[in-house]
Amino acid sequence: MQRTTMDLWVGLFVAAGIGALLVLALKVGNMGTYSAAQSYTLMGNFENIGGLKPRAPVKSAGVVVGRVVDIQFNPETFDAVVTMNVDSRYQFPKDTFASILTSGLLGEQYIGLAAGGDEVMLKSGDKIMKTNSAMVLEELIGRFLFNKASEGDSGKK
Amino acid sequence: MPRRIVTGIRGIGHRVIDSVWRLGRASRFFMLMLLKSTTSLRRFNLVIREIYFTGVLSLIIIVVSGLFVGMVLGLQGYETLQKYGSESAVGTLVALSLVRELGPVVAALLFASRAGSAITAEIGLMKATEQLAAMEMMAVDPIARVVAPRFWAGVISMPFLAAMFSTVGIFGGYLVTVVLIGVDEGSFWSQMQNAVDFRYDIVNGVIKTCVFGVAVTAIAVFEGYDAPPTAEGVSGATTRTVVTSSLVILGLDFILTAFMFRGMS
Repeated sequence: MQRTTMDLWVGLFVAAGIGALLVLALKVGNMGTYSAAQSYTLMGNFENIGGLKPRAPVKSAGVVVGRVVDIQFNPETFDAVVTMNVDSRYQFPKDTFASILTSGLLGEQYIGLAAGGDEVMLKSGDKIMKTNSAMVLEELIGRFLFNKASEGDSGKK
Repeated sequence: MPRRIVTGIRGIGHRVIDSVWRLGRASRFFMLMLLKSTTSLRRFNLVIREIYFTGVLSLIIIVVSGLFVGMVLGLQGYETLQKYGSESAVGTLVALSLVRELGPVVAALLFASRAGSAITAEIGLMKATEQLAAMEMMAVDPIARVVAPRFWAGVISMPFLAAMFSTVGIFGGYLVTVVLIGVDEGSFWSQMQNAVDFRYDIVNGVIKTCVFGVAVTAIAVFEGYDAPPTAEGVSGATTRTVVTSSLVILGLDFILTAFMFRGMS
């Protein structure tokens, strides 16, 4: 075979391979959602994080505004310290409410930010004071059963 | 009777020593090839020629099997997931299984049987017809001229082939589940993008394919170079290439997976 045609085919092959890798990274993986934009760090203490994992999304009004970077256990206050990176295009007031929510019944867990009314905005490294723990299914069921039982008791009397 | 036992034990010892000896020869050969590959990398058109034969000509089998593996994964995944009402997770299933495991492993197995066997047969036949000896007579180093370009071509082609396998497989899964069955397209892609992490899944998959590429082509060139210079010897070496590299791929895959995905949160 001619040298030039072979070069052409190999060039096409390598280009297609790099293209496939790019498709994997951008369309299949989450490279597309890693924005190169600058971000700032926020912290939050949660009593119970349920099944929250690092790299879980941080959403506000359903829009992804950041990601969870790190989860640590604080041995002094016995709660979880969640560090998250939030896109610096989005600023949140000081009295923003952070809660751990679940997408769907058994879906992945994420942090939902509900903006408050304060005029001062959260800065990088600030701690979100108002947090709401994850809903743990077992606790819910336990509470439900407990309520049912106490209802039954009062009905008898 | 004792004599028979002695012969039996001697047979075991012979086999063990033989295989250790062969392993040592293979590693020496590998080192020698790495040392001599600078000259062949400088004459890069030799490598390009071999990329054409090992990479470009393997494309059809890789793409077609990737498509079918992805389609079957989509069908089977849908079949099971719809029982739990979570058929939109089928994209995650297809993408994760292809990118992490099936893409690298199946592409490497196909590569071993398509290109590895061809490399072994070619080098073995060159040795049997004394072409390698003739090269040495002309002061051309056969390892630098014949073996090293084939090795580097295989190492370069393998990651690209596996990436194409995974991409085409995901497209096949998309075709079957979204276009044919009618799973929601948005949740197919968005759940996939949420679940597949660039660093943990894709980069680890690419690392796997690079390791497999080195292993398969190293085995193939060694078996070819080491083949007894007869027709029977070459055919035996070709078979050994496919068998050994398949086993090595599966074994290495287990070890790599254990290191990469162990305790991953």
